Amino acid sequence: MIIAERKPMEEIKQAMAPYKKVLVAGCGTCVTVCWVGGEKEVEILASQLRLARSAEGNEIVTLEATVERQCEKEMVTELKDKVAEVEAVLSLACGAGVQTMAELFEDKPIFPAVNTTFIGMPEKEGLWVEMCGACGDCFLDRTGGICPIVRCAKGLLNGPCGGTRKGGKCEIDPEKDCAWVLIYRRLEKQGRLDLMREYNPPKNFRAVKRPGRIQAVKI
Amino acid sequence: MNGCIVAFCCEHSAYPAADLAGRLRLHYPESLRVIRVPCAGRVDVIHILKAFENGASAVLVLGCEDGACHHITGNTRAKERVKYCNMLLKEVEVDGRPVAMFNLSPNTPHKFVRAVNEITKIIKESGR
Repeated sequence: MIIAERKPMEEIKQAMAPYKKVLVAGCGTCVTVCWVGGEKEVEILASQLRLARSAEGNEIVTLEATVERQCEKEMVTELKDKVAEVEAVLSLACGAGVQTMAELFEDKPIFPAVNTTFIGMPEKEGLWVEMCGACGDCFLDRTGGICPIVRCAKGLLNGPCGGTRKGGKCEIDPEKDCAWVLIYRRLEKQGRLDLMREYNPPKNFRAVKRPGRIQAVKI
Repeated sequence: MNGCIVAFCCEHSAYPAADLAGRLRLHYPESLRVIRVPCAGRVDVIHILKAFENGASAVLVLGCEDGACHHITGNTRAKERVKYCNMLLKEVEVDGRPVAMFNLSPNTPHKFVRAVNEITKIIKESGR
């Protein structure tokens, strides 16, 4: 899923400074799961904004709404009436959500309240780690299901580098596991260590032309 | 609600303690507003923020003693939420509004009164 982080409050407050009535819009999918943009976070951010502004003696009215997925036009359309009422929208969705909103409501300024950071998964409660670089040329079958592009600090296709620490930790960040040690152990379990000897050619980073666009075949 | 202290009281501990304090004629500030909750863990961050939005000068979350929560971890969750709430208030620079958590048993009315007096003292010191 897409992982995001909330922007510093100061930045959000500054962005909202010229407005008196705003919609705080959340998204019920990825950002809900990573605790930054769901219904609850919308309530909290709206309340924080109201408290901050009332302390400054410059009240703000906030509407709150969370749609199932802010990256789908059909779902964002539900917010039409609320958006019409406000001067600006503060979106807690990922970049795709913010842009969908901006495309649908062209006459309203849409402000992102979160920084979209990476594609990842929860390692434990409250901790998300990057898992995929969306490179468009997946070779996880050759690396035991561990992506060295994002999980190796150097993004090595043929590892490990010479700097692996004792205990299989990364030389750049001793807190993190060396991705290539993890790959070795996984392949060992699968009896496929021969793959470690095989050379992985330079990756085709042009596999996905930017901006990415995929047309699925309707079945 | 202007200027009052909102106390979210767990019905298994703080609420009976407050009741007992009343029966014992113990004195505590009249600005206290008691809200009975099924567990301190029921109190969410938004409840605390909304109390401040409505003019409360302080919020108390009163739950069971450590290890005595009827819902196992409600009081520990409440403590974490209170900590988080203080961080949120600091973020918007309204950290002069105290939020505190106290643990007490149903048979400790004096502790209840002490908690209320303590938060009142903090409010007076901060000049609110």
